[in-house]
Amino acid sequence: MSDKPVTRRNFLYITTGTFTAAGAASLVWPFVDQMNPDASVKALASTEVDLRPIAPGQSITVLWRGKPVFIRRRTPEEISEAKAVSLDELPDPQDDAARAKNPEWLVMVGICTHLGCIPLGQKGEYNGWFCPCHGSHYDTSGRIRKGPAPTNLEIPDYVFLNDNTIKIG
Amino acid sequence: MSDNYVPKSAVGKWFNERLPLLDLIYGHLMPYPTPKNLNYFWTFGGILTFCLVTQIITGLVLAMHYVADADLAFASVEHIMRDVNYGWLLRYIHANGASLFFMAVYIHMARSMFYGSYKEPRELIWIIGVFIFLLMIATAFMGYVLPWGQMSFWGATVITNLFSAIPIVGESVTNWLWGGYAVGSPLLTRFFTLHYLMPFLIFALVILHVWALHVPGNNNPEGIDVVKGSQDTVPFHPHYVVKDLFALVVFLIIFAGFVFFVPNLLGHTDNYIQANPLQTPEHIVPEWYFLPFYAILRAVPDKLGGVILMVSAIAILAFLPWLDTSKVRSAKYRPLYKQFVWLFFANTIFLGYLGAQVADGLFLIMGRIATVYYFAHFIVILPLLGYIEKTKPLPKSLSEPVLTKEEKEMLASGATT
Repeated sequence: MSDKPVTRRNFLYITTGTFTAAGAASLVWPFVDQMNPDASVKALASTEVDLRPIAPGQSITVLWRGKPVFIRRRTPEEISEAKAVSLDELPDPQDDAARAKNPEWLVMVGICTHLGCIPLGQKGEYNGWFCPCHGSHYDTSGRIRKGPAPTNLEIPDYVFLNDNTIKIG
Repeated sequence: MSDNYVPKSAVGKWFNERLPLLDLIYGHLMPYPTPKNLNYFWTFGGILTFCLVTQIITGLVLAMHYVADADLAFASVEHIMRDVNYGWLLRYIHANGASLFFMAVYIHMARSMFYGSYKEPRELIWIIGVFIFLLMIATAFMGYVLPWGQMSFWGATVITNLFSAIPIVGESVTNWLWGGYAVGSPLLTRFFTLHYLMPFLIFALVILHVWALHVPGNNNPEGIDVVKGSQDTVPFHPHYVVKDLFALVVFLIIFAGFVFFVPNLLGHTDNYIQANPLQTPEHIVPEWYFLPFYAILRAVPDKLGGVILMVSAIAILAFLPWLDTSKVRSAKYRPLYKQFVWLFFANTIFLGYLGAQVADGLFLIMGRIATVYYFAHFIVILPLLGYIEKTKPLPKSLSEPVLTKEEKEMLASGATT
């Protein structure tokens, strides 16, 4: 191979082959990308929620991007319980202050990080959430404490528009 | 009987000279030499072909009435059940047909394991079979999602979430599969498309499976090589055509029993509740035929680990021809393997039982033990047995094991029977 001279034909073969491969590869992308979330799905990316009807100790579930989002107005006991936990005890260490912008309001995606079931509220060994599918226990801050789920319940991007309204997404 | 098709009519002759299609089909169905001692476990190939064709035909007509949209799917299935003429029958045949398809394929695979049909020179037949099994799993899973009941929805959620276990790109892959940020209409539509496509891919693989089978010919209960066209073989037609048809009739009686008397026995009642993305059912269980693999998934306390193990449980089947180191095929002549293969079957059924239970406490511990045994069978027991097992002497022909003592002596003295 190496002792043979590079001919005009070699050059043509390689350039033709390269261009064909690159062209075919670039044509694959539209066929792959058509499956990604489309413009109409992305357009529903944010949801505004009025918090006034929720009393301490109550939760509501709203749909955001087709996913349930738990909004819980925590009781003082729940907040102190969540703050009292040492980070060493947590499989996915995260401070409660990092999870709740306003300690009274816990906003998180209500989907178990294991395989996507919806955990049941105020159940389980840590008085937080319990996933009935494969037995994951979450605490009052939605942090994973026991069971197969790898991470804490996800916190979506949200902002307080005023004291009574939040915007998720 | 001639090996070649001889057309009787002028038209047949004209056609066959230009395209010897009938010649090809005839050769594989009529004179094809088959070992003379095949038992009823060998009839499941024919039964499975029947199942595939039944699913394709019933599926085709169901698709004429079904609507693949998250808002309409559930109602369209109820419309099939209540309004469409004979819709209930077609849907029950299709739904129970899937279950019976798996029942038959598991017996077919167990047959192959018991009699060592996957061994040289039939490795490729087995591997094509594993791919057919994989496609069957995908097809059945996607089909179960289509009615858009609670089990459909949450089954789809749990299984598509398995992809989120992939490190780094997991979330993007899952969103790509969903076409959104949760299971919904886009997923349903693409599942319907693929559910429609895959049976035809299976059909193509079945043709390769049979083609590859007809090169070395069938294995047999003795597991010995037979010479094609010798006294050990008989033509496929009429001997095995009739035997296969008889078995098919028995199978059809069971099939009809399910369809007409207990059409919902194998289904889950929760699937008659429309999908609700805000409420997970108490206890998510897959269809019965996935339960052993579901038990393996749950046996591991780690998400990624569970997914890897479940996929491996199926993938390891493809390597079976090389994991089994014994040269002797049939379990009839392998006293140790015979016990271990039965233990393997029992263990797999036990895993299926555990897959239907709540994964907690004792069930979880037993699930872990059974999972370990499942893999130990393939990677410890089978490779070792080939070296330590003392196999029984193999017969020289298919006739030998069934001859009486007198007949054997006559043969030995050179007399002809």
